[in-house]
Amino acid sequence: MNLTLKVWRQKNANSKGEFKTYHVKDISPDMSFLEMFDVLNEELLLKGEDPIAFDHDCREGICGMCSMYINGHPHGPGQTTTCQLHMRSFKDGDTIVVEPWRAKAFPVVKDLVVDRSAFDRIIQAGGYISVNTGNAPDANEIPIPKEVADAAFNAATCIGCGACVAACKNASAMLFVAAKVAQFAMLPQGQVERKKRVEQMVAQMDAEGFGACTNTGACAAECPKEISLANIAILNREYLAAKATSEYV
Amino acid sequence: MNWFTKAITSTIGRKIVVAFTGLFLCLFLVVHLLGNLQLLANDGGKSFNLYAKFMTTSPIIQTISIGNFVFILLHIIQSTILTIKNRQARPVGYAIVENRSTWASRNMGFLGSFILLFLVGHLANFWWKMKFGEMPIIGIDGMQVKDLYFVVSEAFKDPLIVGLYVFSMVFIGLHLSHGFQSAFQTFGLHHVKYTPLIQFIGWVFCIVVPLGYAIIPVVMYLRAL
Ligand code: HEM
Ligand code: SF4
Ligand code: FES
Repeated sequence: MNLTLKVWRQKNANSKGEFKTYHVKDISPDMSFLEMFDVLNEELLLKGEDPIAFDHDCREGICGMCSMYINGHPHGPGQTTTCQLHMRSFKDGDTIVVEPWRAKAFPVVKDLVVDRSAFDRIIQAGGYISVNTGNAPDANEIPIPKEVADAAFNAATCIGCGACVAACKNASAMLFVAAKVAQFAMLPQGQVERKKRVEQMVAQMDAEGFGACTNTGACAAECPKEISLANIAILNREYLAAKATSEYV
Repeated sequence: MNWFTKAITSTIGRKIVVAFTGLFLCLFLVVHLLGNLQLLANDGGKSFNLYAKFMTTSPIIQTISIGNFVFILLHIIQSTILTIKNRQARPVGYAIVENRSTWASRNMGFLGSFILLFLVGHLANFWWKMKFGEMPIIGIDGMQVKDLYFVVSEAFKDPLIVGLYVFSMVFIGLHLSHGFQSAFQTFGLHHVKYTPLIQFIGWVFCIVVPLGYAIIPVVMYLRAL
């Protein structure tokens, strides 16, 4: 396949940045999108040019690092991560536009790399449970109904990629925060910090400059882990209940 | 800030205020429509004028209407702040965006602003006149009553005003096509059993209520021809 790429190039956080056009030739349809970028970067290196900076780590769809906004969608067409996006999703001769995630809370570091530490700070604010470590507890020591365990597990599959923020017209982090809050709110282990958690995580989410939720559903439609909007409803009612009844003022 | 102001100035808190006031306004739309349908009674405006007199003089209605104004104001203030903050959350936009969401859900601010314009014109046209303006008087069953029916039927002889009313109802319908069901999600109500029902009611609501309003000026215009 031969393709035309329009890629956002930006030297550092403070420079202006612009789209640069590249032509790649003889790309195999079985390559992943990132492998196609590897090919392009090899060529750039041989030419003595600065390779395109992009985030990636596991390349198997579980770490959430590979943030790219491709042809108007986070992670490109289809509901998957960029590392799991294959070139067969495009046609020979296509022009592909690649941009970084765009959000005030995710500033561009370089080219396609953005700083997602805002998510880490939200997790630090309450996305944990306090337990004694030590010996692993017996499995099934605490009885949890299968449906509850499944729903909590589904929420827990969020990989913190930020596609929800990238897709949302408000750059809202609600789906991410909802997944984290819902996962713990459903399980017995999460009860101790239940109210404090949702209050502090939402406060941190607001402080980071993410937008509010308009319930457009764009996030869930793009989330590679298919985190559902039901979690946002859980977040809303957890927040409302915590604000009304918690001891923290 | 105390806990309450903190809560209602958080993103979720603001949304809950928008949703609560929005649903109250939906209730208001139904009551207002039921009253307005008396314009079509074909009795020279008798039942409508009596209804209008009741609405402007009953102390209970007066209290509710003050609440209604406060709620509209809260709805506008909170949703405007949200819309501005949401814009600020993405200072640099994308070159290409392909949306996987409904047009109405992405344009609530625009739809709401248009409804606000309509509301100002609508209140100036009828409510202000009824409350503070010079009104023709009509005798009904020995009572002297302000003839709002006359004012309304005069206004709806103008095809431009009729067109504007019908057009505005499309905007309200679109606002509600997203807003009605969205409000329940904001309250945290998302359930396999109830969400489909809420969505169904939302669709019926956003079509039937604006249609009911739109019929009134059209029928009055045609009758006056
Ligand atoms: C007939 C009058 C109106 C009714 C019945 C109404 C109803 C609603 C409802 C039910 C919602 C959904 C709340 C939610 O998503 O949780 C909503 C949202 C909204 N309304 Fe209204 N509304 C009205 C007038 C207005 C006006 C005059 C404005 C503004 C200037 C406005 C601006 C908005 C905005 C911006 C939202 C979306 C907020 C967000 O999710 O970010 N509305 N409305
Ligand atoms: S909710 Fe989905 S889109 Fe958002 S961070 Fe988690 S996995 Fe990514
Ligand atoms: S590189 Fe880990 S999810 Fe794509």
